[in-house]
Amino acid sequence: MLRQVRAITGINILSIPERWAPSLVIVIGLAGVVAVFTALLAMISGFASTLEAAGRADEAIIIRGGSETELNSGFDRDSTELIKQAAGIRPGADGKPLASAEMMVVAELVRKEDLHSGANVTLRGVDATAFDLRPQLKMVEGRKFTPGLRELIVGRSVQHQFSGAEIGHKVRMRGSEWTVVGTFQSGDAYESELWTDINIARTTFGRTGSSSVLVALDGTGGFDTLKAALAADPRLTVDVVRQQEYFSSQTRQFRQSIGVLAGVVTTIMALGAVFAALNSMYAAVATRGKEIATLRAIGFGGFPVLVSVMIEALLLALLGGLLGAVIAYVLFNGLTVSTLGRNFTQVVFSFKVTPELVARGLVISVIIGMIGGLLPAIRAARLPVTTGLREL
Amino acid sequence: MSESMVQVRNVTKTYERGKQKVEVLQGLTLEIPKGDFVALMGPSGSGKTTLLNLIGGLDQPTAGEVAVGGKRIDTLSSGELAHWRARNVGFVFQFYNLMPVLTAEGNVELPLLLTRLSGAQRRKNVAVALEVVGLSDRARHKPRELSGGQEQRVAIARALVSDPQLLVCDEPTGDLDRRTADEILGLLQVLNREHGKTIVMVTHDPKAAGFARRTLHLEKGQLLEQAA
Amino acid sequence: MTRAGFVIANLFRKKTRTILTLLSVIMSFLLFGLLQSVNHIFNAGADFIGATRLVTQARVSFTQPLPLSMKPKLESVPGVARVTHSQWFGGVWQTNTPLFVFALDAQSYHDTYPEWVMPEEQWRQFAQTRTAMVAGRQVADKYGWKIGQKIPISSNIYPQKNGSKAWAFDLVGIFDGKDENWQRQTNQIFINHDYFDEANLFGKGRTNFFVLKLAPGADAAAVTRIVDGMFENSPDETKTQTEKEFNLSFVKQIGDIGLIVRWILFAVFFTLLLVVGNTMAQSVRERVPELAVLKTLGFTDGSVLGFVLAEALALCLVGGLIGLALATLMGNLVEKGSGGQFQLRVDTWVWSVGIATILVMSVAVGLLPALRARRLKIVDALAGR
Repeated sequence: MLRQVRAITGINILSIPERWAPSLVIVIGLAGVVAVFTALLAMISGFASTLEAAGRADEAIIIRGGSETELNSGFDRDSTELIKQAAGIRPGADGKPLASAEMMVVAELVRKEDLHSGANVTLRGVDATAFDLRPQLKMVEGRKFTPGLRELIVGRSVQHQFSGAEIGHKVRMRGSEWTVVGTFQSGDAYESELWTDINIARTTFGRTGSSSVLVALDGTGGFDTLKAALAADPRLTVDVVRQQEYFSSQTRQFRQSIGVLAGVVTTIMALGAVFAALNSMYAAVATRGKEIATLRAIGFGGFPVLVSVMIEALLLALLGGLLGAVIAYVLFNGLTVSTLGRNFTQVVFSFKVTPELVARGLVISVIIGMIGGLLPAIRAARLPVTTGLREL
Repeated sequence: MSESMVQVRNVTKTYERGKQKVEVLQGLTLEIPKGDFVALMGPSGSGKTTLLNLIGGLDQPTAGEVAVGGKRIDTLSSGELAHWRARNVGFVFQFYNLMPVLTAEGNVELPLLLTRLSGAQRRKNVAVALEVVGLSDRARHKPRELSGGQEQRVAIARALVSDPQLLVCDEPTGDLDRRTADEILGLLQVLNREHGKTIVMVTHDPKAAGFARRTLHLEKGQLLEQAA
Repeated sequence: MTRAGFVIANLFRKKTRTILTLLSVIMSFLLFGLLQSVNHIFNAGADFIGATRLVTQARVSFTQPLPLSMKPKLESVPGVARVTHSQWFGGVWQTNTPLFVFALDAQSYHDTYPEWVMPEEQWRQFAQTRTAMVAGRQVADKYGWKIGQKIPISSNIYPQKNGSKAWAFDLVGIFDGKDENWQRQTNQIFINHDYFDEANLFGKGRTNFFVLKLAPGADAAAVTRIVDGMFENSPDETKTQTEKEFNLSFVKQIGDIGLIVRWILFAVFFTLLLVVGNTMAQSVRERVPELAVLKTLGFTDGSVLGFVLAEALALCLVGGLIGLALATLMGNLVEKGSGGQFQLRVDTWVWSVGIATILVMSVAVGLLPALRARRLKIVDALAGR
């Protein structure tokens, strides 16, 4: 049986070049489906991982109750101090709680490819603790801002996507001018921001207090302690969220909407690919009518014929899937784009074509190949020998 | 029968097969009077089909003149030839005559699509043609539902439906059994004797040639005349 | 039978093949219809807005409110007929369904936006009742709100002075739009800014937007320059643009949707061209003797080309129209199902582009096989060469 299968399959595969046109249809059709599917998912994956990379389980963000994002949130000076002293926050080396009060202001920069439309980016006013709480953030060019001066450091992603943020340039905000003095890298959502000293931000924009407070949690029970302590204080209305949870909820909407788009588009394309594959395989079987009939007349069974047709379909499908994955990788992997985050400010991220994504794409193409090959394979196996021979 | 239907004068037909030039017909002259029924016989490669194609306006000679019904057809462009064929010739081939996707009626109606007749008129002419060949009861059948002989009858009906003066047949009974072949040839005789159609038929079968009024023999592109 | 009948009959030569090809065409145009309407919404959704209004926001971002004290200065600008203001409330229905709620000044808003259709009595009620709200027809229908009800709406930004984020308003009117485009926008809710400013914990006499209605004959560009010039280098720098530009700028920040759509459709149609082209090529190849017989009957080379092109056109047209129709249906379902939130309308524009694409596609897939059919020599074809 196996020998029969091998023999027939061998003949089959060798004759594919004669039917190159319908075979090409399957390969290209599946390449298209897999490329689009992989690209869309790479976009979701890139966005999500950029945001989630910034999230740690041992740190928490405190924002005003019900505000959901740092931008909507705000605390006055007293509340900020109260929060920083709450129980559950890990003390630093100097004994002071590792709590960073941070202030968010929206700034505007111009996109590199579209110099007429501005896009909003986040300016984050911070003090030294902010850096302690983010060890992944490193200066790569220039220097840190000097407290008290209108100086900015800028995330590398921002420089990639927007113009006017290079070292030495001046950014105008609310009637004031700020100079870019350094570039930082962090591999996460913070890299889409501009940072400055919180005090100069407060005085320039006429604000006190902070938008949010980022804290390091003290041990495994730290989160619950902190939450309870803040809830017990009648002067405060806050939400305490683990940094990880905060960022993953930020990505939910994006993931959902692009997820739906990817799902709908891929389903329709996959259906189209199934029809195209069926068409091609029926054509392939028809072209081989004589050949199959002759094999059957010689004595080969119907089942080996069926298997050989399925193998042809699968082979072509796999080829198409691989081609699609390669195209997606070459064209899209590492492509940097930016879009609106929940704060109505830009988040810069890159497409990520991971091995897992490639595997999923191949699975899809294999499934389509099997569906596209099955019915024609059955027809080939059941073709009455005499009908086939008559085509001679 | 004195008026000339087909006049072939000094016709040469040369094909180029790769680098070689093959002269299939060499300086051939022949005349077919109106109302004649001629069989063209000869071994394969003798040029009989080529001659038939020239007479039917399916091809042009390399040199020489071809006139049908008094009109020179060797000088016509391919578009003009198409128009001419629609009105003046009917064809019956050995294979491939009928469109498998159309019924017998539909097939016979095809040539009439080239005319300005209304749908009703077309259907009437189709019915008449099918009656002449005795196939009125099979009008709605598709070719795959007809026997070989019936298919040829439909082909003949189609060849007749525009009422051409000349019928050109290339091995019309080549694919049929003896009895059916005789029926078809008998039909052709009727068309010739009772309807006055001039028929030129290529065949390799001497029995088929026997149904014609006279037989012409070709060998290597030259004519050897012989009376029936 | 007619020539058209003959063309259709030939399409069903190999039924399975025709149907599968047709299904591929249908799928492609289904996707085309859906994606193009998404693209169209994003990039052209503002077309119906006239050029009679300007929107002024804080230069940096509309999320930064501007002081209401700016209003008299704006009214003094030559060319400005009326000024109204609007603030984003951050409305939420029940637990987490977002609502488009704006706190505004009823009278000036009514004057600035004549496109909203509501009985004058209801406008008056709205202006006179502090805790009143009016809702657009779409959103009112979706949640079954009736005039006279007290509607509970929370805000995810502004708590009341007692700290609670839960608010409630009296529904005194339901408004509609003056035409189809404006009717599609009736998913908004308006409350009184005075009440909101006073009752909320962070009330500071501020607003997100000023909308300036231009006087007839006023020069939009000039007014824009004057307004932004007035506040330049102040702590409340402004950015003023036409209402249309304002709507579009938001979309631009989301990203180049058009590019994504184009890439996907490119992949889809490239494959479709292959699929249908292959079908047409095979179909002609199988029929060479039949096409030759047609020529013997007297059909010219041109007619035969015409038959093949007509076949390609029939295939693409039927498949394309069905696909576009399915897209329209799906779009309607999505729109109804989301209560007007996702306005996926496959409109005239998309259909026009779709039909143009069908025609181009027909020629693209049919031309080569048709030329082949035209070129074939009767004698060679019949002899099996």
